[in-house]
Amino acid sequence: MAYKGNRVNPKKFSGSQVKIILWILPIAIIMGLPIVFIFFHAFKPMDELFAYPPKFFVTRPTLDNFTKLFKASRTAGIPMSRYVFNSLIVTITVVVSSILFSTLSGFALSKLKFKGKNALFSINTLALMFVNVAVMIPTYLTVNFLGITDTYLAHILPLISLPVTMFLLKQFIDEVPDTLLEAAYIDGASEFMVYRKIVLPLIKPAVATAAILVFQAVWGNMETSNYYVSDESLKTLTFYMNTLANANNTVAGQGMAAAAMLIMFVPNLIFFILVQNSIMNTMAHSGIK
Amino acid sequence: MKKKSRVGRRESRNSSAYIFLFPYWLLFTVFIIIPIVIAIGLSFTSFNAIEKPTFVGFLNYINLFTKDAVFMQYVVPKTVAFALVVGPGGYILSFLLAWALSRLHRIPRTILALIMYSPTMTSGVAMTVLWKIMFGGDQTGYVNSWLIRLGIINEPIIWLTNSTYLLPIVIGIGLWSSMGVGFLAILAGILNADETLYEAAAIDGVKNSFQEMFYITIPTMKSQMLFAAVMAIVNAFRNGTISSSLAGNPTPGYAAQLMVNHIEDYGFIRYEMGYAAAVSVVLLLIIYAFSVISRKLFSED
Repeated sequence: MAYKGNRVNPKKFSGSQVKIILWILPIAIIMGLPIVFIFFHAFKPMDELFAYPPKFFVTRPTLDNFTKLFKASRTAGIPMSRYVFNSLIVTITVVVSSILFSTLSGFALSKLKFKGKNALFSINTLALMFVNVAVMIPTYLTVNFLGITDTYLAHILPLISLPVTMFLLKQFIDEVPDTLLEAAYIDGASEFMVYRKIVLPLIKPAVATAAILVFQAVWGNMETSNYYVSDESLKTLTFYMNTLANANNTVAGQGMAAAAMLIMFVPNLIFFILVQNSIMNTMAHSGIK
Repeated sequence: MKKKSRVGRRESRNSSAYIFLFPYWLLFTVFIIIPIVIAIGLSFTSFNAIEKPTFVGFLNYINLFTKDAVFMQYVVPKTVAFALVVGPGGYILSFLLAWALSRLHRIPRTILALIMYSPTMTSGVAMTVLWKIMFGGDQTGYVNSWLIRLGIINEPIIWLTNSTYLLPIVIGIGLWSSMGVGFLAILAGILNADETLYEAAAIDGVKNSFQEMFYITIPTMKSQMLFAAVMAIVNAFRNGTISSSLAGNPTPGYAAQLMVNHIEDYGFIRYEMGYAAAVSVVLLLIIYAFSVISRKLFSED
């Protein structure tokens, strides 16, 4: 009597899955509460934002908060589109180069032989553990020394090498069986070919996970705008939204802050939905493991 | 003979390994290693961020362990309490949720995974506003209003300045936001394991889901499990934003003063950068010690 319980990644929806859903539903409600809240909050009119007793749901949704936010941005000298453009340039460049560089390094650390391999990996793990706040001033000094303050490079270069991302990708590459690579080497493939044609396709779920991670880190980053860039027209959307929300920290500001929060959250949500398919879709038949 | 030649082939390509490594490690060295080395150097100095640092030897470390009453009385116990609950708790919860989700059809799985991961996405500004409103100190705070309506309390509780409730709230939010990258890595690991292994195990006499979990799921994805474990430890010890964004820094009565808050307190409020750097070096050593333990756990076959 072989056990035939719930299979991993079932092809159909079945009754036994309802039981699992019921189990995790209470957790899901608590976890999901904030997203729902962020959406409702942004559309609340002033009296509902300060209602007593407070309401979770919005009863008379309005776009007031958004109009106020855009009106406030119009009084500034720099159009909002400029900040959107800056954020897009920075985010795209960092995500692409970070994934490329980290997979290359992860592949070498996992599958190639060279001196100092373990030492490099340990250094990466140690760096991951160091608290960011402690290196803020030293990083500022480094950026300053390189003379890249007030350029796009100050937004981009410090964020590309993210120790977490490399660690994650290296761990997934470890799971790619050596036999697969050796077969390719026998067939005369170069190391780059093996990386490109065998390793990258097999670690797609990890690449997607890493991309989500990097995207969030760059999109939400305020440090670079705060410290490395003083030219207003080179700052990012996250920084700008945050100043708008904080500068009007009055009763009226609450509504604007709620709208800004939603605007900054939505790109994260969209990016997750776009790449999640690569994480969730099983690759069981592609020969990994 | 055959095997030797394959190994030899890769051995001889030493130089190409360095080409693979170069771009990442160049930027890593400049923007991460050098600043960390400077920070470690600063931990042996007295530095107020304006004047030149002056060398003081191990004085910062000695003061930290012998004179800093706040550190010993509040920061260490609070950090340990937070890390002990949020580290293992978040890790186990991540694994169980990922495991449960892997048993669902694609559509409900995607929706639930998005929901579980969303607290990680709503961090920063969003989290501050949200939880401050939730735990507002007067009747308009959501939690107070619910509790009053349910008749559990009569008077609103000032949650975020109350030293009894603050740490539990911070721990709760810590757990709530711990389904991060570790959770995604485990989920990807489970979903990408070889299905035939499960079939073979069933034939070999695996009887229930729990045996399957311990004999197949976990052993086949050790790399991902280790990654998630290290990340759980790092997040548990490196967290400070929850406390400071809810209750300011220092937190009232040091009720939820974690290591990172202590570092921020000295670094950016008192401008004693050298001392702050020394605390971060100590924190690094603590995190590293725990990660070595977790590595031992997962390297045993």
